[in-house]
Amino acid sequence: MKASEEKHPMENLLRMDRIPHIWCPGCGIGNAVSAFAEAIKKVEYDLDEVCVVSGIGCTGRVAGYVKTDSFHTTHGRGIAYATGVKLGNPKMKVIVISGDGDLSAIGGNHLVHAARRNIDMTVICVNNFIYAMTGGQVAPTTPRPAFTTTSPFGNFESPINIPRLAEAAGAVYVARWTALHMRRLTDSIVEALKKPGFSFVEVIAPCAMYYSRTNRLGDGLNMMKFYYDNSVIKHGEPTENLDIGFQEEIIIGKFIDRERPTFSETVESWKQEYKTGQQGGGD
Amino acid sequence: MKAVEKVFLKGKHTLSGFEACAEGALSAGCRFLGYYPIRPSFKIIERFIERSLDVDAVFVQMEDEISALAAVLGASWTGRKSMTVTSGPGFSQMMEHVGLGVMLETPCVIIDVQRSGVSEGLPNVAGGGDIMQARWGSHGDYEVIALAPNSPLEMFELTVRAFSLSERFRTPVVVLSDAVIGRKKEEITIPDQKDIKIEKRKYYKGKKEDYLPFKYDEKDLIPPMVDIGQGCRFHVTGLTHDERGYPVMSDSCQEWNVHRLVNKIRLFSDQIVEVEEDQTEDADVVVVSCGVVSLDAAKAVRQARDEGIKAGHLRLVTVWPFPEKRIYELAQKIDTFVVPEINYGQIFYEVERSGRGRAKTLFLHHSSSQIGQSADILKSIKKTRGNNK
Repeated sequence: MKASEEKHPMENLLRMDRIPHIWCPGCGIGNAVSAFAEAIKKVEYDLDEVCVVSGIGCTGRVAGYVKTDSFHTTHGRGIAYATGVKLGNPKMKVIVISGDGDLSAIGGNHLVHAARRNIDMTVICVNNFIYAMTGGQVAPTTPRPAFTTTSPFGNFESPINIPRLAEAAGAVYVARWTALHMRRLTDSIVEALKKPGFSFVEVIAPCAMYYSRTNRLGDGLNMMKFYYDNSVIKHGEPTENLDIGFQEEIIIGKFIDRERPTFSETVESWKQEYKTGQQGGGD
Repeated sequence: MKAVEKVFLKGKHTLSGFEACAEGALSAGCRFLGYYPIRPSFKIIERFIERSLDVDAVFVQMEDEISALAAVLGASWTGRKSMTVTSGPGFSQMMEHVGLGVMLETPCVIIDVQRSGVSEGLPNVAGGGDIMQARWGSHGDYEVIALAPNSPLEMFELTVRAFSLSERFRTPVVVLSDAVIGRKKEEITIPDQKDIKIEKRKYYKGKKEDYLPFKYDEKDLIPPMVDIGQGCRFHVTGLTHDERGYPVMSDSCQEWNVHRLVNKIRLFSDQIVEVEEDQTEDADVVVVSCGVVSLDAAKAVRQARDEGIKAGHLRLVTVWPFPEKRIYELAQKIDTFVVPEINYGQIFYEVERSGRGRAKTLFLHHSSSQIGQSADILKSIKKTRGNNK
């Protein structure tokens, strides 16, 4: 068989007519997409019942490469859009894949409230510590004192700890892996998908174009290797300890796995209660 | 049988404009409400929620108006007729998703209960300053459909029509209402369900794997739609896109994509535009108004006629697209247009533009405290006749 005739193993989940993709060599988003694709295969979902929603940015382009019903929406609003999809058609498996700036800055409020409502969806957040699509500006996740195009003297703002935010808001599943922890990341996404309610998986990934260049961290592979080598798995670690320093140790693992009724469950039980009450069953 | 009656409130009912609006939405088949609470529009929301159990409708209070409209767009793609309800500052927040709704060609209805602006303004006082925002509020170039009810009955009827138009044209439709119309109560007759005419969303009927989200029909420029979960596994984006829904970063694609979005409404505006005219046949001066102001304008025109002035009234039932053809026809026959508005001049510009210099156009600021009074409008009409009394 000629190489050109070989089928991509993920062909049924990827839009092959859109390949080559726009991501730079050494970017970590591809790993996250691979892990997601593998996870979707493992959970054996009917792909017709999967909906992927993205916001804007490099990771925001993921929706355009997966062969499910998929929406590339507005900056930060993927989760809000996905909320409408899930409530409109509860049988859909809804996944939001977007970047750190999209989900934690402009979309931070939607992240908080979807987690609080416990909308049944999985959010995969690729965190590359920078706004890459717009040209490498400082992000709310940029460690101190990393350089970016808009922090030429080093970042002086405190970075956000997204898993902690997700936990505080009420997410039922919170995990973090690096882009090279392919097997663990995949398994984690499988768990997140199976978990009823709002699940959140952060993927630490290199931006080989901007973050790497402005901080002289080598190519994408060097960075991936660095994150991998400098991460420690600590399942159940309190999320307050998950801050990330510049080129420092990164704590990864599954931090939160708990039960809470989902939004749809609470709505249903309210409806039942109300209907019984109306029939004279209640007082 | 009982259940059906509960769903459609057939028959005579005394309803406020707000309640009538919610009933109109339910009668039109709206089954999703995404909202964020704001004065004075929340009465519509309360009614919708009270009735949601009767019709199995979904509602969700989002964290802001940005996400409210985002959720509405998402829900619309699941096949549910969807709407949001807001006022002034909330309408401002929604603008980014008006744009996305236009770009993704997503049917939905936005009820904007106008209040006096700018910014927080006067939350409980009726306003009319969102006319141009409804038209141009989101960035980029697009066409919009906006309707302006002037009675509780029309709050019902035009909400139904808004859904019908949004399904037909695959675009967000705005209902520009205000608190006076909303709070007003009157007995209205809600028609039998079979008499409520709603255009159906055009669905794709071909093979699933051949579906192209933006392959449009030449005759109406509208691409057939599918629902999420139907198995077509489509992609759509707010970026400039081709018929596959894939982003294409070129001028030619922009032209292909956005020019059609404009034309699918602009070229079919005759099917949308609706005006109501009174005594314009022989008029020298025509008052052009919409919404709550039109009640005062109609009264002023009657008073002017009583005084022997050949006055007429043109009410915009649809504000957008603007009835420029009709205004131009009138401009060739009359001397002057008088345009009273609860703002500092918005529809005025459109009337002046559409008249192309054939008639004079006078603007009149009709402040919210003048609602219910026709004296200032009558005075303006007289002024055009050289009578300043």
